[in-house]
Amino acid sequence: MSLQLGWPDYLVERDENKCIQCEVCAKQCANEVHRLDPDTGKMVSDDSKCVDCHRCVALCPTRALKIRVNDLEFKPNANWTSDAIKEIYKQAATGSVLLTGMGNPKPYPIYWDKMLINASQVTNPSIDPLREPMETGVILGRKPEKLEFDKRGRLLTKMPPQVKLLVPVMFSAMSFGSISRNAHEALARAATELGILYNTGEGGLAREFYKYGPNTIVQVASGRFGVHADYLNAGAMLEIKIGQGAKPGIGGHLPGEKVGEQVSMARMIPEGSDAISPAPHHDIYSIEDLRQLIYSLKEATNYTKPVSVKIAAVHNAPAIASGIARAGADVITIDGFRGGTGAAPQRVRDNVGIPIELALASVDQRLRDEGIRNEVSLVVAGSVRNSADIIKAIALGADACYIGSSALLAMGCHMCQNCYTGRCNWGIATQRDDLVKRLNPDVASQRLVNLVSAWKHEIEEMLGGMGINAIESLKGNRLMLRGVGLNQKELDILGIKHAGE
Amino acid sequence: MKYVIIGNSAAAVGCIEGLRKYDRAGSITVISDETHHVYSRPLISYYLAGKVKPENMVYRKKDFYEKNNVTVKFGTKAVSIDPKAKKVALDNGESVAYDKLLIATGSSPFVPPTNGLAKQSNVFTFLKYDDALGIEKLIGPQSRVVVVGAGLIGLKAAEGLAPVTGSVHVVELAPRVLPMILDEQAAAPVQKRLEENGITFHLGVTVETVVGEDKVEKVILKDGTELSCDVLVMGVGVRPNVAEAKAAGVEVNRGIIVDDAMRTSVPDIYAAGDVTEGVDLITGERKIMALWPNAYAQGRAAAYDMCGAKEEFHGVFPMNAVGFFGLSMITAGVQGGDGVEVQAKTNPETGATKRFFVKDDRLVGMILVGDVDRAGIYTYLISEKIPLSSLEKPLTDDSFGLNALGYDKMKERISS
Amino acid sequence: MKKVYADEKWCLGCGLCKVYCRTSHSKTLDIIKAHKLENPRPVERLHIETGDKVNFALQCRHCDDPKCVQACITGAMQKDPETGLVLNETERCVGCWTCVLACPFGAIVRDEGKKKVAAKCDLCAALGEPECVKHCPNNALKYEDRGE
Repeated sequence: MSLQLGWPDYLVERDENKCIQCEVCAKQCANEVHRLDPDTGKMVSDDSKCVDCHRCVALCPTRALKIRVNDLEFKPNANWTSDAIKEIYKQAATGSVLLTGMGNPKPYPIYWDKMLINASQVTNPSIDPLREPMETGVILGRKPEKLEFDKRGRLLTKMPPQVKLLVPVMFSAMSFGSISRNAHEALARAATELGILYNTGEGGLAREFYKYGPNTIVQVASGRFGVHADYLNAGAMLEIKIGQGAKPGIGGHLPGEKVGEQVSMARMIPEGSDAISPAPHHDIYSIEDLRQLIYSLKEATNYTKPVSVKIAAVHNAPAIASGIARAGADVITIDGFRGGTGAAPQRVRDNVGIPIELALASVDQRLRDEGIRNEVSLVVAGSVRNSADIIKAIALGADACYIGSSALLAMGCHMCQNCYTGRCNWGIATQRDDLVKRLNPDVASQRLVNLVSAWKHEIEEMLGGMGINAIESLKGNRLMLRGVGLNQKELDILGIKHAGE
Repeated sequence: MKYVIIGNSAAAVGCIEGLRKYDRAGSITVISDETHHVYSRPLISYYLAGKVKPENMVYRKKDFYEKNNVTVKFGTKAVSIDPKAKKVALDNGESVAYDKLLIATGSSPFVPPTNGLAKQSNVFTFLKYDDALGIEKLIGPQSRVVVVGAGLIGLKAAEGLAPVTGSVHVVELAPRVLPMILDEQAAAPVQKRLEENGITFHLGVTVETVVGEDKVEKVILKDGTELSCDVLVMGVGVRPNVAEAKAAGVEVNRGIIVDDAMRTSVPDIYAAGDVTEGVDLITGERKIMALWPNAYAQGRAAAYDMCGAKEEFHGVFPMNAVGFFGLSMITAGVQGGDGVEVQAKTNPETGATKRFFVKDDRLVGMILVGDVDRAGIYTYLISEKIPLSSLEKPLTDDSFGLNALGYDKMKERISS
Repeated sequence: MKKVYADEKWCLGCGLCKVYCRTSHSKTLDIIKAHKLENPRPVERLHIETGDKVNFALQCRHCDDPKCVQACITGAMQKDPETGLVLNETERCVGCWTCVLACPFGAIVRDEGKKKVAAKCDLCAALGEPECVKHCPNNALKYEDRGE
């Protein structure tokens, strides 16, 4: 079909007064947008190939480039928006499911931004974190009902397996395969330096990364890729992935092109073969089945490591979470509908699941109501964008947060949502050698450390402002939050009062 | 320790710098029959063409001797060497004692016996600064110049003189220009470039006779061609200045025979530069390699042995970087011979030519005309005798570089 | 001495080092003017070798015993005994390219813009830190003393 009904989404604008024909843009664009025209001696661009990833913009030494959203518009129509029309054109041309990457970009409400944090004034004075100790560490895992000590004050209670985080942040599950080896290394190294955990995703773990084990969560997903005894014992925590916020109810598909030698080894599948993760675990159809897998993993690791179960935030998350807690999980992870992905059908990503803020509040409440909140830690994921989101999540009842997109952004991601093409110009979501090397783990891990360290400072500042000197004291302390612009139902679910109340 | 150097050019400077690296205390005496501060002979043609200012003719800065604590006897000639007494007699009657002596007397232009050639005032040999200063006085925009010899000296003279004179004719016995360093294929574009710049060639022919009493007026060639002449440059070649060495009992063939530390057959007497006959690192043959960089390297190698420094000297082989009217060329090693295979490539757009001479899996020579970038990597292959089968790219590859050495070797090189 | 070392593992062959090298050796020291206005256009003093997998930028190694210095026919190329820098005095250089012939790294560049002279890395002596290192987007160039 040569008939093109649409037009390029983006326009590449080049300031000829600034362009020095250095060709850096041409060399750096994996989508082959730019080239030097030998006849005119000028750089030219093929706008139709541009994905707005800004690699060229960032590297252009004279700032001669600008990428603009194409302002060519259809006749104004509040219902048939440009996107809606173009998607139809695309599907009519290809007959395919629309694929996309990263998180849901649609203008659904962001509840983080509708909650405000409290601060101390006069009474219960605020604390200056630069002068006084401030505890940002949290412990994940089952907490005993009570603690028993002998006469000398030594602990008698046998503690269940737990892990400590120095900051209530972890790097979300991103498999080696969906992200590059160098991105994986950067996450592992940063987690180690920060005293937190990163998550292997369902891609298995290359032997070279076993050294980061004390800061690793090893994931077991429906494809069971790369799962073996050494793998399970390599990490500090295990995670059974039931669902993912970006694509609840949907499996995963890593195309064969991305299964090179290293990925093949880590996943224990033949090179070049598609890695298909089924939508369900074929051995889990009930809470009882889940319990079997949890205990299989505990057995395999000699009951030394906490086991997390990760689900997507869906309508009946509270009941599911209760079941998971009762199935023996030590940690429940809930991934909200804004969570990122390397590849997902666009319709699913943009329309399935619920906001993490609401899921978190209702799950925490449900577990409290059932008196089992202490039996599990609650970790939330799905677009935690800054330290304030973390403070709000903890106040709503979370023990810790996962960050995925934020971590990728720290490494250089420009949120172009083209991860699924495998041509990530930033060396993150790709397996192409020439692109992978663009992400130097020395640089990327430092940027991750910087980000989380900065957040830690901010968390301390905000805690101090509330007159709180330990993050544990904020946990579930919903009095520290107030809603703005929320209706009564939303306030009820969040368990917070409206600002001014 | 008393070091004495006869000669004051590249080899002498190499020797001085080599000595002073290890021996700051010993005395160094240089005997120079010229009166100039050490200057660069290859710059003479550049000087004539107006590309070098007189003050930049110096090879080392004005304070060179002072900084290195060297005594120079300018304008004095060493007339004899007494190896037993370890003394050098000078033409001013002085005698200079030495512990170690370097003979770096260089070479003199070789002027073949030619009918009618006497000591006419407009005949030059184009090797010394005084030649340049002499020619400069004689030439004008109408001058007709005849150059005998299309070797490096002859062509450099031709190039230097062409822009400032009326005509330049070059006479050469061999059928091509630069016969010692270029093969036929490489010589053609060079000749073309020279011709485009107004130089006329008479190849495969020699001078029959030179006409003129006080001044040469005409040159008649064997083929009957008559060339009017205001300046005659004899650029046929050079001969080592070995007389004093020979008289002192130093073994001399065409040049002074030296070993790989530049020692002569007589203890404590060394020789370096154009005066020597050394071993060609590539062919293993003894030959005179009268080239500026080689002279420096040999002078320094001699110095190291004189003062007992243990620095390795890998030897030299012929190599040249030269250019005519913007056409650059670089040659090294051999350009042909038994069992030598040629790998060549010409860029169809620029006409730049690369010719590589390969023997027994080793690069033994090269000619690069027009594109000389990164030539040193090939020089490295020649001097280090790198097996070509170990390379990951053909020599003629456009992107040939350190990457052709293979990953490990490349890594080692770029980490140095 | 402190030198520039390439870490080929991270070199993307993007060419930014070239751009900044040219700029730092321009008259105006202005990236746009250096590339668009200056005539002759300044040349970069480094080579980028690119391949399917391995790329690297290579500058003068400032050898302990530099072959270019030995070979130089004019005496323009010298190694500074104090700083260790191998520098070419362009007023004296005649562009004969004997140094190009001698340098085993192929690190010397021909500058034929105005007068023919050999151009080479001076570690941005005038600016303090080498610009190529400063602007490498992937830390593939390091400026350090490896004590050799």
